Amino acid sequence: MSTSTTGLAALPPAVRKVARPPGRSFWMRLGRHLLRDRVAIVCLVILLAIALSAIFAPWLVPADPYKTSMLRRLLPPGERGYLLGTDELGRDMLTRLLYGGRVSLSMGLAPVVLATLIGGALGIIAGYFGRQVNMLIMRVIDVFYAFPSVLLAVAMAGVLGAGIMNSLISLTLVFIPPIARVAESVTTQVRNQDFVEAARATGAGSWRIIVEHMLANVTGPILTYASSLVSVSIIIASGLSFLGLGARPPIADWGLMLNTLRQAVYVAPLNAVLPGVMIFLTSVSFNLLSDSLRTAMDVRA
Amino acid sequence: MPLDATPARNGTIAEVNDLSVRFVTRDRDVLVVDGVSFTLAAGEVLCLLGESGSGKTVTMRSLLRLLPPSARIGGRIDVAGHDVTAMSDRQLERLRGPVAAMVFQEPMTAFDPVFTIGTQIAETIVSHEGISYRAARARALELLELVQIPSAARRLDAYPHELSGGLRQRAMIALALSCRPALLLADEPTTALDATVQIQILLLLRQLQRDLGMATIFVTHDIGVACEVADRVAVMYGGRFVETGPIDQVIAQPAHPYTVGLLNSTVHEISRGAPLVPIPGGPPDLADMPPGCSFAPRCSAKSTRCDEIRPVLAPISAGRAVACHHPTLAGAKP
Repeated sequence: MSTSTTGLAALPPAVRKVARPPGRSFWMRLGRHLLRDRVAIVCLVILLAIALSAIFAPWLVPADPYKTSMLRRLLPPGERGYLLGTDELGRDMLTRLLYGGRVSLSMGLAPVVLATLIGGALGIIAGYFGRQVNMLIMRVIDVFYAFPSVLLAVAMAGVLGAGIMNSLISLTLVFIPPIARVAESVTTQVRNQDFVEAARATGAGSWRIIVEHMLANVTGPILTYASSLVSVSIIIASGLSFLGLGARPPIADWGLMLNTLRQAVYVAPLNAVLPGVMIFLTSVSFNLLSDSLRTAMDVRA
Repeated sequence: MPLDATPARNGTIAEVNDLSVRFVTRDRDVLVVDGVSFTLAAGEVLCLLGESGSGKTVTMRSLLRLLPPSARIGGRIDVAGHDVTAMSDRQLERLRGPVAAMVFQEPMTAFDPVFTIGTQIAETIVSHEGISYRAARARALELLELVQIPSAARRLDAYPHELSGGLRQRAMIALALSCRPALLLADEPTTALDATVQIQILLLLRQLQRDLGMATIFVTHDIGVACEVADRVAVMYGGRFVETGPIDQVIAQPAHPYTVGLLNSTVHEISRGAPLVPIPGGPPDLADMPPGCSFAPRCSAKSTRCDEIRPVLAPISAGRAVACHHPTLAGAKP
């Protein structure tokens, strides 16, 4: 007992400095790796621009996204002060695209975040405890896994009814199985490593091992995988809206806009294509960013 | 409430009585450790010597009950007066670390790769002693200095993969010592290291053990290592103790044919130029042990009695015991 109490007090000031928390954490390392990656920076800038313009849309574009006008329908970009033209009901395209980003981005992120929390927890629990617990959780997951994701989302949204909340719920349910699977397989791998045994030998209980060692070793792979799902989520959400199962008409949503402008594709092709371009740009950026994340996550790189 | 880590009245820190460990799976039931008994005094170093699969690691791990779920432990294990076989999970957590700690064979994989060495040592101290993280970190630094890691302050913030094997094993020892255990278990701590580093780690362990007065159980297959650190040695074969005694006596005058074989197949100074003599045959199948002496099929001195009756560990002289019908030690007949 003597070393701990007398030891700290007896430490000279120079040594005490060491007691500061370490300055180069895992996340700082990750950030540095990402900033060295040119593709990642470009994607980050694009996504940041889309996100910020969606958040601050009311201040960036003064026009009302819901104000229709029969006189100014389907104006080509640049005409009469409409930077990107107008849609089939005469609403400002630029305004609607920015407002639409709100729905699309949240539909990309929210289901993935929710599914990561739920699926990740399920997977870690299944992987760590193994045996019957694993059986129970993973077999239920397998049932969901048996359906193709788009079909499952469509079926679920169809049952729950149209609406943003309902498509969010169905997308979350779609993403839980794959994330739980990844979490489970990574956890099973980590669980059998020596350091878990070593942690147990120093008196760590199950709870501490899960919260400290499992979580820290498993978050990397799960996050990388989850980040690759964001673009899928945006596309499926847009698809649901396009099919009339997601956002309902007056709301500005890229998928929905794509659907309503469909009839105008020969009259004003540029206007009709714009929501698609936004979907493409956002999902490609998320995908490339996720790839860069995967590279940067490798601790030993 | 921390567990009491003081030795029992008679000065023993660990007492194992008729320990048996079997691994039971759906289609196999293997007796890995069979009827092992020993006592360890405070400050004593016991070396478990034997080849792969002889049950030495399982015997040692039983003291912490650090075995896979398929293991079934029989007999009695007392560590610092606590019956380990009867402990709850919560009690085991308080036993592991402050009462008895373990050094692993592979320093490469025994640290969590995503935390720094300092964090891992400090977290362990915090969780056992409830002191502040700052204080625990200061003690982690003292520990790294204790195990003679150069520029310890910098190494505190190093990730495991940034350290060499020798340094990592030193850090592993620091982690094991972090809660001042009364009993240190070392599972082949030098096997994964370079020959030059091995001796440094051994000397360090020996010195720490003397300075801190820790009882130590050392598991190894290397007689040279055993000679370097041990007070007493227990030779294991097929899950049983075949010979026990003070290390110098056992090395000088081995009584069991298996110990003789082990010594003959090891390099020492006198044997320079002479060919090494291996023990014929292979280790026994634990699932299908011969009814008599488990070493009989490989033994040059065996008789029909060896095939029929299993020899029991019987004393041959002060502090020495051997389980053999025909001990090679002159003048000793059990």
